[in-house]
Amino acid sequence: MQNVDWFTIGIYIVLVIAGWFSIYGAVYNFEDTPFWDFSVRYGKQLVWIGCSIVIAIVLLSLDNRVYSMFAYVIYGIAIISLIVTLIVAPDIKGSRSWLVLGPVSIQPAEFAKTATCLAIAKLMSSYGFRLGNFSDAIKVGLLFALPPLLIVLQQETGSALVYAALFLVLYREGMPGVFLFLGLCAVVFFIVAIRFGEEPIIPLLPDESYGVYLVMLMGIIIQCGFLYVFLKDVDSVKKIAIGNAVLFGISYLVYKVFDYPIHFTVVAYISIIASVVYYIVMCISRSKFTYVGIAAFMIGSVVYAHTADYAFSKVLQPHQQIRIKVTLGMINDPQKADYNVNQSKIAIGSGGFAGKGFLNGTQTKLKYVPEQDTDFIFCTVGEEHGFLGSVAVLSLFLVLILRLIYLAERQRALFNRIYGYCVASIFFFHLAINIGMVLGLTPVIGIPLPFFSYGGSSLWGFSILLFIFLRLDASRMEYMAN
Amino acid sequence: MLNDQYQNRKNVIAGLAILVVLIYIARLINLQIVDDSYRDKADSNAFWKKTQFPTRGLIKDRNGKLLVYNKPAYDIMVVTKEMTDLDTLDFCRTIGITKEVFDKRMREIRNKRGYSRYTPQPFISQLSAMEYGVLQEKMFRFPGIYIQKRTLREYNYPNAALVLGSIGEVSKKVVDDEKNDFYVPGDFAGQNGVELTYEEVLRGEKGMEILLRDAHGRIKGSYNNGEYDVPSKPGKNLTLSIDIDLQVYGEKLMQNKKGSIVAIDPATGEILALVSSPTYDPSLLVGRQRTKNYAQLVSDPLKPLFDRPMMARYPPGSTFKTANALVFQQENIITKNTAYGCSHGFHAGALTVGCHGHASPLNLEQSIQHSCNAYYCSGFRAMIDNRKYKKVADAFEIWKNHIVSLGFGYKLGADVPNENRGYIPNAAVFDKTYGKDRWKALTVISLSIGQGEILATPLQIANLGAVIANRGFYITPHLVKGIEDGQIDTSFIQKKVSSIDPKYFEPVVEGMNMVMKNGTGYGARIDSIEVCGKTGTAQNPHGADHSLFMSFAPKDDPKIAICVVVENSGFGATWAAPIASLMMEKYLKGYIPARKKAMEERMFNANLLPKN
Repeated sequence: MQNVDWFTIGIYIVLVIAGWFSIYGAVYNFEDTPFWDFSVRYGKQLVWIGCSIVIAIVLLSLDNRVYSMFAYVIYGIAIISLIVTLIVAPDIKGSRSWLVLGPVSIQPAEFAKTATCLAIAKLMSSYGFRLGNFSDAIKVGLLFALPPLLIVLQQETGSALVYAALFLVLYREGMPGVFLFLGLCAVVFFIVAIRFGEEPIIPLLPDESYGVYLVMLMGIIIQCGFLYVFLKDVDSVKKIAIGNAVLFGISYLVYKVFDYPIHFTVVAYISIIASVVYYIVMCISRSKFTYVGIAAFMIGSVVYAHTADYAFSKVLQPHQQIRIKVTLGMINDPQKADYNVNQSKIAIGSGGFAGKGFLNGTQTKLKYVPEQDTDFIFCTVGEEHGFLGSVAVLSLFLVLILRLIYLAERQRALFNRIYGYCVASIFFFHLAINIGMVLGLTPVIGIPLPFFSYGGSSLWGFSILLFIFLRLDASRMEYMAN
Repeated sequence: MLNDQYQNRKNVIAGLAILVVLIYIARLINLQIVDDSYRDKADSNAFWKKTQFPTRGLIKDRNGKLLVYNKPAYDIMVVTKEMTDLDTLDFCRTIGITKEVFDKRMREIRNKRGYSRYTPQPFISQLSAMEYGVLQEKMFRFPGIYIQKRTLREYNYPNAALVLGSIGEVSKKVVDDEKNDFYVPGDFAGQNGVELTYEEVLRGEKGMEILLRDAHGRIKGSYNNGEYDVPSKPGKNLTLSIDIDLQVYGEKLMQNKKGSIVAIDPATGEILALVSSPTYDPSLLVGRQRTKNYAQLVSDPLKPLFDRPMMARYPPGSTFKTANALVFQQENIITKNTAYGCSHGFHAGALTVGCHGHASPLNLEQSIQHSCNAYYCSGFRAMIDNRKYKKVADAFEIWKNHIVSLGFGYKLGADVPNENRGYIPNAAVFDKTYGKDRWKALTVISLSIGQGEILATPLQIANLGAVIANRGFYITPHLVKGIEDGQIDTSFIQKKVSSIDPKYFEPVVEGMNMVMKNGTGYGARIDSIEVCGKTGTAQNPHGADHSLFMSFAPKDDPKIAICVVVENSGFGATWAAPIASLMMEKYLKGYIPARKKAMEERMFNANLLPKN
């Protein structure tokens, strides 16, 4: 026990206490609000906190080998509980994620995260595992994809998105950085394709969007980066840069000087097709398959841009489209579409530098902010404790995440390190998405702020996730001894 | 520690976390520190600044009798969200409306801008206390029905309607006025009479209660226990100069007649009675029936809304001879001993201004006593055509300026919203009509006997009575004697001195006294009080002449100056003089002696309205 990282536990305790006071503030309503009342949310949260402490003690006192030993079993139980939930769960506000056991409802998805982390750590730390190995990569992919798939079926898209955080773990464990870059491209291309989809500035083909054209332009620029980073082929970079400059320059002149309606999307297509042909020639002449990769990226970008445009309007549900449009600033309708985010910004913005004081926040007390004790709990912090309080909370989370990375790095067992990164990544993802949503920077995705948002399942889920790692960390020296 | 080739990637991951947190801190700086619009938005979200309406000031008469006060009225408010279990039929029966009216009204409410299911919406306004009483007993059975109290004006007397005026909803024009920082749509304000002139005194100051309002618009108590609330300040009470008993009596004398009575206390300029006939009951213009009744009054051919004492203009007739007598003396055209002959009128070439039979020649006092036309024609001619003035026009301007100094031709500045200035032509008018220097006294000779181009309001004629009573000055006539915790306008205290020397008033006063003792006003004399008066007849090209009487009493210590106009009633002595006499006697003695009861009855009962 003396090896337990008390620093992390200290942060944990501060966050949980601050979280409880925020929930009290969010539920408090200027009328009679007794301090101890177990029928209301802050009272219940106190019970959940008590249980969490018990859970933490139990987890810390178990043998550290239990976790890796039973990792797959736990994963299996989690998958089964997700499937059972899917079948038996009642429909609560369109979501089928709650397992009702008498007076208690729990959300298995909150625990599935821990199970998935354990299973991935177990698999990736097993003897002979190589991420570069195709079959190993497939195994990881399956472990990784199954829970979010089931969670999406439960209509909890937000919780499913959390699993994307685990890409950071894969990256740390050797996944080529280009995949992270491609992931980034996917997000940026998606946003560009949607954001500028409706704003034609220059003549385009019928049914062609400006967003898609911009994505193609970005692809044309990025290919030069790839040529340089992966092949150091400065010669090709020059050729492609000059070729495109000439192509687009002439097109622009024809359009501007001769007032001829040039279809720039066609120009971009010509450029990309020329590039692809060039790469195939280079691949054959120099026997370097990397050229084919870049060609694939170019073709992929075009296909992806079209798909994103299509998927946005056809696959996403209308409320999801609206949330994304609100975030991208394409909708300005404070009463309806962006009511939540607008009220959230008002609550936080009105807090000012030092805040209105504990229990003095009018916006949260008078219920202007929706879901203010769960997903939008940070509004209470922002309104009542102002910039100072908000930065303090953000800093605490940042310190926690950095501490977890530090702890993970000092592990001597691969299982421990991978699991530690899983924990850090999940906290990071929750922090980034939840606070981003409250600040109006990311779309409204309903995921809780760890330790702050009301809810037993969520608090227990994060506590279990964290304390298993602290238990593993406490016995990091034993690994060598064994 | 495990060693592997990807160890540096921990920095990428940690850097990513730091970057995101820094971006969020930047965003927080923008939201919480740089952009301060959010605090206002939050306040307008959460704080409902509910206006506290002040009670309007009361209006009393000069003796402290209450004329206008406030009575509670009740608006029915509905909260539609809570109305699910409402027994609509029972509710409709209780407040006396049909189901169709109810449904129509509910539709209107739901379609209104800013409609909320959670907050009270006005359903029916201004229920009387009695109507409310019936509803109140059943209130517990009507979920979602609430009552909001407000106040309405209530009148103790069905009199003095145009003096008091009424209040009504402010117009869009008033609300939209750039200078308006008080009224919002739905507010009430004075629309005419004292209610309008003294609106800013009577209305008081609005207060503000800061209430907390939740996202559904429900009230969640007051903010900080009302620490920042501003209580409303009630309007100030007004004491009018009107003697309500005299006013009631005057209205009774004038019933079934068209015309005016203006009674002024000459020493103070306070208007004692201001009768405009026909009149109406001021309570007709209160509450829900206001609109309907107002339309009826507007379309009444007798024009009860026309404020005759302030707005009706008549040629002042023979009452104006007193003014001319003053001007001629001041200009040294005549002395009190100057006598002019009269041979049944004034004759100059082809021009004749007729006069009735009396001794000749007459001096100044006698000319007033007998209302001799020839005397004033002669005097007027002697002044206007006098060589001592360079030109006729110059002489006329001097005449006009004296007349103006006696209160004619311009608004006197009374505290009424709609005073008419009357009309006194200047030389330029006649230059235009007849050509420059192509007119002289005879051209405009009818001005000498108060006919022709000049027009005066009953207020101005009464004011002339006050000037003569005061021997040379007047105080602007006014209706308000006192304002609670305040001062009346200084213009209602200052003496306005006429351009006529006080010594020239005595012969006029004596002449007016003789009118009552042994002249046209004899029938209207008052026992044991020396009265001065002058009858007049205003020529009316549209029908029977108007009967005029200007008077004051007692002669040596005047307490009341009065002008009575009875339209279409002919000679001044027949109707106007007796009415003025009764008014003065009532005011000075407080009763009407037995000798005059028959006269009083005759005045009460006379119907001089056009018959059709």
